[in-house]
Amino acid sequence: MLAQLQIHERAGEQSCVADNGFCPSWIADNLDRYWTPFLQHVELSVLAVLFGFAIAFALALIARRRRWLVGPIVGITGVLYTLPSIAVFFLLQPITGRGAVTALIALTAYTLLILFRNIVTGLDNVPEETRDAARGMGYTQRQLLWRVELPLALPEIIAGLRIAATTTVGLATLAFFAGAGGLGGQIFADITFKSNVVVAGGLCMLLAVAFDLSLLGAQRVLLPWRRAVAR
Amino acid sequence: MTPHDTAQSEGPFPRREAATLAFRDVVKVYEGSTEPVIDHLTFDVGAGEICVLVGPSGCGKTTAMRLVNRMIDLTEGDILIGGRSVRDADPAQLRREIGYVIQQIGLFPHQTVGENVAAVPRLLGWRKARIAERVDELLELVGLDPAATRDRYPAQLSGGQRQRVGVARALAVDPPLMLMDEPFGAIDPINRERLQNEFLRLQAQLRKTVVFVTHDIDEAIKMGDRIAVMKTGGRLAQYATPAELLVNPADDFVEGFVGADRALKRLSLLRVRDIALDPAVVDDLGAVAPGAPVVRHDEVLRDALSELLQAGAQQASVVEDGRVVGVLTVELVGRLLATGDTAQEAPTERIGGA
Repeated sequence: MLAQLQIHERAGEQSCVADNGFCPSWIADNLDRYWTPFLQHVELSVLAVLFGFAIAFALALIARRRRWLVGPIVGITGVLYTLPSIAVFFLLQPITGRGAVTALIALTAYTLLILFRNIVTGLDNVPEETRDAARGMGYTQRQLLWRVELPLALPEIIAGLRIAATTTVGLATLAFFAGAGGLGGQIFADITFKSNVVVAGGLCMLLAVAFDLSLLGAQRVLLPWRRAVAR
Repeated sequence: MTPHDTAQSEGPFPRREAATLAFRDVVKVYEGSTEPVIDHLTFDVGAGEICVLVGPSGCGKTTAMRLVNRMIDLTEGDILIGGRSVRDADPAQLRREIGYVIQQIGLFPHQTVGENVAAVPRLLGWRKARIAERVDELLELVGLDPAATRDRYPAQLSGGQRQRVGVARALAVDPPLMLMDEPFGAIDPINRERLQNEFLRLQAQLRKTVVFVTHDIDEAIKMGDRIAVMKTGGRLAQYATPAELLVNPADDFVEGFVGADRALKRLSLLRVRDIALDPAVVDDLGAVAPGAPVVRHDEVLRDALSELLQAGAQQASVVEDGRVVGVLTVELVGRLLATGDTAQEAPTERIGGA
């Protein structure tokens, strides 16, 4: 009904728009209407990945002490990952209401599996002799974790963040079902109008690429030893 | 061991005295097991000595070593470093005062060579300038060019270079005691021998107390001031100097482990000058006999014998500073092997350190 409303609104404009075509002049004139949804989209994605990382990191540290927890945590986050997102948005609404909170809870839940698994794998891949040497030289458990294990797990952790970030940008297009806005709202507002879909969808894609490239950049800055090895 | 006096002191690096090490009735039984892996181990290592723990796999030699820095905790008995029980120490504090080298080296792949060597000084909170100075000093000590290696990553080094960095890292705070678990085990034979010799030369200079674990009896004989031969079940079969071990193995197990060629191995412990040579009867040309090979007086006896046999000669002239000082004959060596006569004469200088 929203879409029909939009079509109705722009009826009577020039023929390209009336034909639902790709109209550069319309795009140029209407670009500012995408600004707010775009910022909402950025906010949702960034917060979801940050919260997801914080939770996954805490879970990974707990599971490091209690190995038996890895299985159950992967199981539960795996179930969360497979839940249809639209269903989750609607299921949560009676509890958390319409808005960003509902969307964030769902989006955060979707990052957990990937982030948790990659942090655990990264820590597991630290060579045993490196750990042994560190302990043998007098590193405490905490120093071992922060100075040796986490830096060495960073490639896997960043790989996990890259997947989580790009999938979250995609999933966040559904956040408007929870009333959280985002570029998805724009896409669905006038889904038959090519210009609209191209701009909103294009911004989504750009955002995903931007996240990915900045994480890749962070990886290059944080992991000089990785490049030294490859040379 | 005094964790505070030198570790945190500033200024030039004061040499730290090597510590004595004592195993006292040490027993280790793992939880859920009744069989001890270390069974009433008792021996003493003098300050500045290399004690080699040697034995077949599963004899507990690595376990025994790891009990010293509490990577594994004792079940019974005690280990004293410089007279102090390791039981009283905080494990992390204790380990920072003990050099630790393992076969896989365990360099930190994400840190440069310099950062690796600086690991323990940084844990102890040394000042940056002091660390930088110490890192360069250590790299030079182990035969690496500081400017060329300091900023490289371990993956960019050869196996031998990595092992040198491992030794430099273990020596960083000039620890009174070093633990080395098969440190040269993963290195090819040629480089292994070079590293062994380098380490012995370093040891002649530094005089650390070293616990050295190996499964290779030849390495044990070469490196050890004293050798603890261990057998399955973590029991001590014999604790003796290399020469004693070769002349008087305590039992069949030690004899078998030392090998059928133990007589020849003894020759590796001696130099030509260590045995009573026949007097030289020199002809006009300065040779003892026509075509006789010439050996240096400080040559390892085993190599000298090898030269003799290779030349098909019965005797060789022994020279010192270009002067013939005696005659070495195959018969002399044979008599030595049969009687073990010179075993009492300790070699004046360690072989391999040359």
